[in-house]
Amino acid sequence: MAKVTFKTDLCKGCGLCVTVCPKKLIVLSKDKLNKKGHSPAEMTDEEKCIGCAFCATMCPDCVITVEK
Amino acid sequence: MSIVFEKPHALTDAALHYCPGCTHGIIHRLVAEAIDDLKIEGKTVGVAPVGCAVMAYNYFACDMVEAAHGRAPAVATGLKRAMPDNIIFTYQGDGDLASIGMAETVHAATRNENITVIFVNNAIYGMTGGQMAPTSLPGQVTQTSPYGRDVNVCGYPIKICELLSNLDGPEYLERVAVNNVKNVKNAKRAIKKAFENQINKKGFSLIEVISSCPTNWGMTPDQALAWIDEKMIPYYPLGVYKDKSAQKDSEVKA
Amino acid sequence: MTDKVLMKGNEAIAEAAIQAGCRFYFGYPITPQTEIAAYMAKRMPKISGTFLQAESEIAAINMVYGVASAGKRVMTSSSSPGISLKSEGISYIAGCDLPALIVNVQRGGPGLGGIQPSQSDYFQATRGGGHGDYHVIALAPASVQEMADLTFKGFDLADIYRTPVMILADGTMGQMMEPVKMKDYTPPDINKDWAVTGTKMMREHNIINSLCLDPESLEISNFKRYEKYKTICEKEAMCEEYLTNDADIVIAAFGIAARVSKNAVNEARANGLKVGMIRPITLWPFPKDAFERAAEKAKAFISVELSMGQMIEDVSLAVRCRKPVYLCNRAGGMIPSPEQVLAKINEIANMSNSK
Repeated sequence: MAKVTFKTDLCKGCGLCVTVCPKKLIVLSKDKLNKKGHSPAEMTDEEKCIGCAFCATMCPDCVITVEK
Repeated sequence: MSIVFEKPHALTDAALHYCPGCTHGIIHRLVAEAIDDLKIEGKTVGVAPVGCAVMAYNYFACDMVEAAHGRAPAVATGLKRAMPDNIIFTYQGDGDLASIGMAETVHAATRNENITVIFVNNAIYGMTGGQMAPTSLPGQVTQTSPYGRDVNVCGYPIKICELLSNLDGPEYLERVAVNNVKNVKNAKRAIKKAFENQINKKGFSLIEVISSCPTNWGMTPDQALAWIDEKMIPYYPLGVYKDKSAQKDSEVKA
Repeated sequence: MTDKVLMKGNEAIAEAAIQAGCRFYFGYPITPQTEIAAYMAKRMPKISGTFLQAESEIAAINMVYGVASAGKRVMTSSSSPGISLKSEGISYIAGCDLPALIVNVQRGGPGLGGIQPSQSDYFQATRGGGHGDYHVIALAPASVQEMADLTFKGFDLADIYRTPVMILADGTMGQMMEPVKMKDYTPPDINKDWAVTGTKMMREHNIINSLCLDPESLEISNFKRYEKYKTICEKEAMCEEYLTNDADIVIAAFGIAARVSKNAVNEARANGLKVGMIRPITLWPFPKDAFERAAEKAKAFISVELSMGQMIEDVSLAVRCRKPVYLCNRAGGMIPSPEQVLAKINEIANMSNSK
């Protein structure tokens, strides 16, 4: 298990992390908007996260911190 | 638990102004990671361009200078000559580096000025709203080529790495892309090498980074990354175009 | 160097710059100032300085911008068409409040013009020259000695006020040879903690920048810069007054035009006419006070210029149109003769006598 933290208010909802996650664990929030008015990315099932950091690698806004 | 991935120290906490999915943010981060890895933040001075990255001076934690459109290599030349022990980099887009600043680019390269140039090629003028760039592809629709870039009228895209590789001066030229994890990791290696070259006083190193512009290409962020694979990379092949030190080493061995 | 040495004006600027501690010169060849670059090319490598022939005037001024950002004394030189090219960079240097010295050894224009001496870049030098609200301090030497002295002065003013300074010479000043004595010089002690020398991880990052997308903030920075200009106008205006105390006719002339005019003034005095001269040494700030004082007594002014009449506007403004201001000029690289100036003096004198 790995820990993925999102700096939600920096997220622009571009979805690149969603596309790149090999386990398809990240989604853009369906019910939340951040300060900027974007639907931020969020983790659905941290238990299954392998900590590959692909999401953080492709995030243009340094939203994501990954710990393992 | 230990940290696998976090924002590099050489980036400030300022929120980037780039559009959602714009890969400028990834390239900023790669530059900052190289600065962190090499522990050079305290002696690095960056030169920001005119274009989308005009406010890069707010994002890099090192000292920064904002240059006039296209003039970053000349400004960097002044900085490096004044402070040879500092690390000087420019961060420039395609309009800045390959159009209005072509003379400064070519001459800094031919002088083998000991600086690091990060050249972001997204085949469009982003900041002004999507006009044709010197690197826009043949047939590419932009605000100022609404029927597609007609090479009979506007000429052909400029391939900077190929062009500069004909000069004797430059130390290192490589083209990379940031459209998938593998390419980002490779881009990170190349950018770091370009800074190492400067530290080792080898000279002018330019990394051309194929980047996306979802907004002005009229695509979603992931479509834009796919377009890099489909259209950009075939026209702008990735790879090392010049590596003078490696060339010398192989000559010695031979 | 304390003895008098015979030097060309251009060389005097170059040597004075080196003695003022300037170790960075960037230029691009253009007549009639190339001796400055040639001198620097010879001297700089011997004193661990940098001489670099840039790919263009535009690149040269931006290299200047880079060195100035690093907080070191730096200069470039050119002649009229080249200064037009540098104007973009000068605007940025002014907009970033950076110190730098720019030398313009003027030639006739407009366009490619000619290569003979001219003063037709007066407007460009005194109004800023590039885009936006700014000024450069414009210094006008009238001898080879002053070419040297004003170079020292120019670097000091640039550092003190964090502003670009221009030496506005002309082809004659650049090419003529006269004895020069370099002064014993110690640079002022100036804190340049704004420079981008690397944070050393000890402070927040410094940013050299003229972009400001918020109009209110940009307005504030413009007002602040103009406060500085106000101080410069109050403290730094310089001129030479020659026989102005009792003068009925006062000549305004700078640089080579002032040397020519001085002969005419002496000749007119010998003929019994009360003629004097004000020679602005700073063209911006313009020495208004001297003109205002002279206007109390003088009946008329004559602006002697190697242009179609540019400084005449500042003379008229300075005397607030209370007295007539006449133009005596040559243009396109021609120089007025003392006889031409004397003839103009006589013409004006006869006009006011017949009234």
